[in-house]
Amino acid sequence: MLGKTANGLFWMYRYLERAENTARLIEAGQRIALTRLHGSDDEWRAILQTAGGLKAFEAANEGVTKEAAINWLLRARENGSSVLRCIETARQNARLVRTAITGEVWESMNSTYMMAQETLARKVGERDLPGVLVALRRQTALVRGMTHGTMLRNDIYNFARVGTFLERADNTARILDVKYYVLLPSASAVGGAVDNVHWESILRSVSARGGFRMEYGPGAGPRQIIDFLILNTKMPRSLAFCVNKLGENLKYLAPPEHPTEAQSMVSRIQQDHLRRDIDDVLDYGLHEFIETYLDLLARVARQIEVDYRFYE
Amino acid sequence: MTDRPVFDEMWGTGETLREPYRKFHDWFSAEDPARLRAKQREAEELFRLSGITFNVYGRAEAEERLIPFDIIPRIIGGAEWNKLCKGIEQRVRAINSFLYDVYHKQEIVKAGRIPEAMISGNEAFLPQMIGVEPPGGIYTHIVGIDLVCTGPGEFFVLEDNARTPSGVSYMLENRETMLQMFPELFSQNRVQPVQNYPALLNQSLSDCAPAGAADTPVVAVLTPGIYNSAYFEHSFLADQMGVELVEGQDLRVVDGRVAMRTTDGYKPIDVLYRRVDDDFLDPLNFNPDSTLGVPGIMDVYRAGGITIANAPGTGIADDKAIYSYMPDIVEFYTGERPLLKNVPTWRCSDRESLSHVLDNLGDLVVKEVHGSGGYGMLVGPAAGKTELREFRKKLEAKPRNYIAQPTLALSTCPIFSRTGLTPRHVDLRPFVLFSPKGVTITPGGLTRVALKKGSLVVNSSQGGGTKDTWVLED
Repeated sequence: MLGKTANGLFWMYRYLERAENTARLIEAGQRIALTRLHGSDDEWRAILQTAGGLKAFEAANEGVTKEAAINWLLRARENGSSVLRCIETARQNARLVRTAITGEVWESMNSTYMMAQETLARKVGERDLPGVLVALRRQTALVRGMTHGTMLRNDIYNFARVGTFLERADNTARILDVKYYVLLPSASAVGGAVDNVHWESILRSVSARGGFRMEYGPGAGPRQIIDFLILNTKMPRSLAFCVNKLGENLKYLAPPEHPTEAQSMVSRIQQDHLRRDIDDVLDYGLHEFIETYLDLLARVARQIEVDYRFYE
Repeated sequence: MTDRPVFDEMWGTGETLREPYRKFHDWFSAEDPARLRAKQREAEELFRLSGITFNVYGRAEAEERLIPFDIIPRIIGGAEWNKLCKGIEQRVRAINSFLYDVYHKQEIVKAGRIPEAMISGNEAFLPQMIGVEPPGGIYTHIVGIDLVCTGPGEFFVLEDNARTPSGVSYMLENRETMLQMFPELFSQNRVQPVQNYPALLNQSLSDCAPAGAADTPVVAVLTPGIYNSAYFEHSFLADQMGVELVEGQDLRVVDGRVAMRTTDGYKPIDVLYRRVDDDFLDPLNFNPDSTLGVPGIMDVYRAGGITIANAPGTGIADDKAIYSYMPDIVEFYTGERPLLKNVPTWRCSDRESLSHVLDNLGDLVVKEVHGSGGYGMLVGPAAGKTELREFRKKLEAKPRNYIAQPTLALSTCPIFSRTGLTPRHVDLRPFVLFSPKGVTITPGGLTRVALKKGSLVVNSSQGGGTKDTWVLED
């Protein structure tokens, strides 16, 4: 496969995953905001912070308001990670790798793009927001389903999966980190009613309420939620799950005799960070843990570009 | 315009239905127009979803447009087609022989059939190609001959496209769409298939591989990239042939071969179907600013290490000034009388011709010698006074840049409009493959249709549409 094609697949699926997770993040933010009794729009500041775009947002907007934050995350042209721009970039990459993907995958990607162009052409009002978010997630799920159902299990598929899991491994960690930023103003609220609502919202945003109850039973609290989203290997959006998958897909792509550098880096993340006890993580500090982990993940991404000759 | 009645391919010049359209007409008469209108919209939806769009030059990069598709097929009888094919094959063979001669002994100049200045003074002439032996002796692997019809079986060649003819993806997608929307039509009519074009293209290109290539040569399509107006077609053809779609930045010369960067190292290419112009092909040999090409590819080519399709320098054969010599060219190389007619052409570089053209500007079509896509041309009968005056100035300033032709009474085909079937002017671009094993012509080709009433300009960039083109099995 061409290095350029591997690059295009990697980014097509990263952006597709990012589009979906940004939609999930907006949903989490909206829920936290709606269940808040009083105060300012701090949760939106937190969400923008975790999405990595607070600085750019502040440069382009006057103050953090709910409406501006949602618009920024959903459809702002100046935000390269807005849902609209992610879908456009994913489709652009799909065009680039049109010869590698099936007609079904291309058409589902193209229809996602057409839907986003239409739905996000204008500002989305509060009343329409839930429906739009559901529709966007349904579209990205369609592309993933077509990928799953029609693509050969070869190196093309594996590069697509590497992109998917790398991005998801990143995004779930960021969603978890929202909690850290929301709590910043007053650490005293831990364990209170508001705190539980926040955690509930985070679980919802990764479609994990039912799964969580199945795994931990009723009455489980924040500690278990953190365990679930970081260390649980059955939960398809958890850090451990995504990094394991990333390792498997990279293993498929590597020559059997000598593992690639990116593969070794992934093994080290698994060893050092994801095969631990939840108490270790909490002692280390959840936010600090996530920061370290995100940095390592970014290095893996850069190494993949080198290992598979994406650019030269 | 001439006073002759316009020939309609469905109705002739009168009210008698022509034979190839008989079964189609029966079907159409029994159809509910409302259902057909819905089908027309459905076709558009299918095209949009498939992403078969083109970018219009000079517009925002994000703008992708659909070429309008008309659901009424253009139908050609088998016997008429076979006759046409003989003429096309003769012309394509002559063009290839002409190119070989131009870059070798130039016998045709020595024989006094073409002035030397027409060759050496031509912008499309590539001195770098002199003495080069293209693998298999083939210069024009893929040719699109633009034809217009003026009466039953009366075809004229409007233009030869010997560089990188485009539009074949529309031919294939149009048929695909018709098959999906109106399967019953294909049960009722025996329409010769076009779908194996990508396989034939792959075979034909492979047959042109350089000596020493493996049994299954490595073929790749070279595109200028995702922003090129024909990018859809490039990716479509690579996909359908099952070969890699590469850009200049994916390629480099490694150990005397042109190789593509894969995830596990550089892999040599035997045949490159390039959709990049000569000028941009090799910054070391041509335009030094090009980032679309491959530095050093011409040196590999000259050493016989790769096949470039079409060969560099073929533009001299489809130049509009050379066009006027085509009857001589065909006769000179085949020893036969040309089977296909040329449109009478005035070369404005010639003083007498120029004054004739200036005197009759309102009746003529004037084209730039190196233009394409319908840009920079004048359709005299349709032009206003100001346009005529402006064009006259351009002509007087640079007469060598122009040729002029009479406006032909182009045939019409019906399109599906709000009022039912309405005649519109059409042209036809059949696609021809050429390898040492022979000439293959896909039955049909791309029919372009001027959607505006009375318009003679069919180019998609100027508001033209396309139709599925049927050749019936007799």
